[in-house]
Amino acid sequence: MSKIRKSIYTAILAVIIIALMFFLEANKFRFGMAYTVIQKGLILSVVAVSMNLVTGFTGLFSLGQAGFMAIGAYVTAIFLIPADGMAEVYYISGVNPSIMSFKYWLESGPAWVQSMYPILALILGGLVAAVFAAIIGFPVLRLKSDYLAIATLGFSEIVRAIISSPQLDTITNGSYGLKKIPGFDSLFETFAIMAVCVLLMVLLLRSTYGRAFRAIREDEVAAEAMGINLSRHKQMSFIIGSFFSAVSGGMLAMFMRSIDSKTFSVSLTYDILLIVVIGGIGSVTGSVIASLLVTASKEWWLRFFDAPLYIGNFQVPLFRTGFRMVIFSVILLLVVLFYQRGIMGKNEFSWDRLSLRVRKLLGGRKRGAKNAR
Amino acid sequence: MLDNILTMKDITMQFGGVVAVDNLSLEVNRGEIVSLIGPNGAGKTTAFNVITGVYAPTNGAVYFKGNMITSNFPKGSMKKLYAGQNRGVYTTTMRKTPDQITKLGVARTFQNIRLFKELSTFENVLIAKHMRSKANVFSATLGLNYKEERQMREETMKLLDILGLVEVKDEVANSLPYGQQRHLEIARALATNPELLLLDEPAAGMNPQETDELTSFIYDIRKKFNLTIFMIEHHMDLVMDISDRIYVLDFGKLIASGTPAEIQSNQRVIEAYLGVQDDGEE
Repeated sequence: MSKIRKSIYTAILAVIIIALMFFLEANKFRFGMAYTVIQKGLILSVVAVSMNLVTGFTGLFSLGQAGFMAIGAYVTAIFLIPADGMAEVYYISGVNPSIMSFKYWLESGPAWVQSMYPILALILGGLVAAVFAAIIGFPVLRLKSDYLAIATLGFSEIVRAIISSPQLDTITNGSYGLKKIPGFDSLFETFAIMAVCVLLMVLLLRSTYGRAFRAIREDEVAAEAMGINLSRHKQMSFIIGSFFSAVSGGMLAMFMRSIDSKTFSVSLTYDILLIVVIGGIGSVTGSVIASLLVTASKEWWLRFFDAPLYIGNFQVPLFRTGFRMVIFSVILLLVVLFYQRGIMGKNEFSWDRLSLRVRKLLGGRKRGAKNAR
Repeated sequence: MLDNILTMKDITMQFGGVVAVDNLSLEVNRGEIVSLIGPNGAGKTTAFNVITGVYAPTNGAVYFKGNMITSNFPKGSMKKLYAGQNRGVYTTTMRKTPDQITKLGVARTFQNIRLFKELSTFENVLIAKHMRSKANVFSATLGLNYKEERQMREETMKLLDILGLVEVKDEVANSLPYGQQRHLEIARALATNPELLLLDEPAAGMNPQETDELTSFIYDIRKKFNLTIFMIEHHMDLVMDISDRIYVLDFGKLIASGTPAEIQSNQRVIEAYLGVQDDGEE
């Protein structure tokens, strides 16, 4: 396929995406479900790509995503909750005075700076998580595969426990969670932040450092013999991955408007792992597509199974609240059993591949039609 | 004038009760092709792993171009054990990691090929250029090191051209035929700009014709890249043909060293390879 044609297709795709977003933005209330699902899918795609960066590209099986997301979410939330709403949020134990004075200082800034606060909050959340990643990465990254997974999983639970501990009541509001978090202005904002994050990670993976990460995934001994400093590069990948996980966590806080420590339980990490596996371990576009698909099917398309179903007077058994999760798990099992490579495998999206697929599909059908005759 | 590029001094490598390398001292001079031979399990690859920093030796020191790269000076009860071996030359324990040693100019290949299997030939070689990159992770992400990147790619293409791997540059390493995988591994090692190249059984699994080609290939790269070559090999034809000097290991101990002619007539070497003859006739 020629280059011009490809760029025309890309332009068309971009126009469709933008048009779709305009449409949804204008009809927010009529297509509320699609709007919400797409927004959440975009947010989860950031953390899915970051997990792919660490697990799929560097080969570090880390399950600490929920912990880093929690850090990002809490930092973002504390940063963004308006100062006069604080007392209401922390109605039980009160607010730490230094946080309060920090908030008053924030709100004394000029208006254009204040409009940047969501971005600043996300970056700050990411940086805090990156510091944590650097601290725990030093001992933890010496571990290999399963052991690393267990250690990072433990870290994520520790973060959750610390956040909900009564000693931090005046900072994190303990187990009561945070409310009144200002949300996104529009779908475009979510999309723009997601696009920048994913773009940065893609650029990183294409750079010489990305190649070094992949070399480590392929063969650690050989990578070291090629002069790649293993611990430094693993640390780097882990820190960058944690940064973007935390950004995604912050976005999730803004999306949900209210968070508590249970939001970031281990099952969140599993959800993300699921997205990465379905999208294809080692494929960025796969992660993005899968996070939209998985979110849509989980929150929307499979809702059908949760409502009681009647055929005539007969109520079909099993169709009740929660059944959708059973179906979802079965789908997951089928994917793992028969479709391990996921949607994209290790490949990225390209028009050439798509046209090949389409041609194969059409060609197959034509041949089938001839035979029928 | 000969100058030492690699010196191993009193190297002992012990794994629990097994002494894989026992008090090995050897020298490789600049520009030479030196072979390390010995029966299976003699400790040859272990010696390579000590040089490249994969293992820290139990005792002894390794010098590259006169600078110590790894050494272990036993302390406590171990000191007594090795009292006879230490000559007071090294009194410190230091260990450079494999990547640091590669940066100094020691490159290696592996006995069982260790390519980055799912990456292309081109990327395999390009990765070796990463360690010389001056860009940090931020500037590399934002593409600010585009000049360096372009230079890295050009150098890689040049290297692939010299080694005849240009036609397969976009193919996944795993899909290459065996001989080309061996070549690619050497190409990747050369991409780190080494002065000393360690080849671990480069002719393993090759037929006689391929082995002949390998001989000329090794001569060729030595000349083109100004290399010193230290290799482990089992093909005696190749070893005798190509080596300036040979070291022979048996059960971790150095049993002979010298020119190919000397080694061929050495009684102990013949015994190590063929087993001691039980002379019933005498």
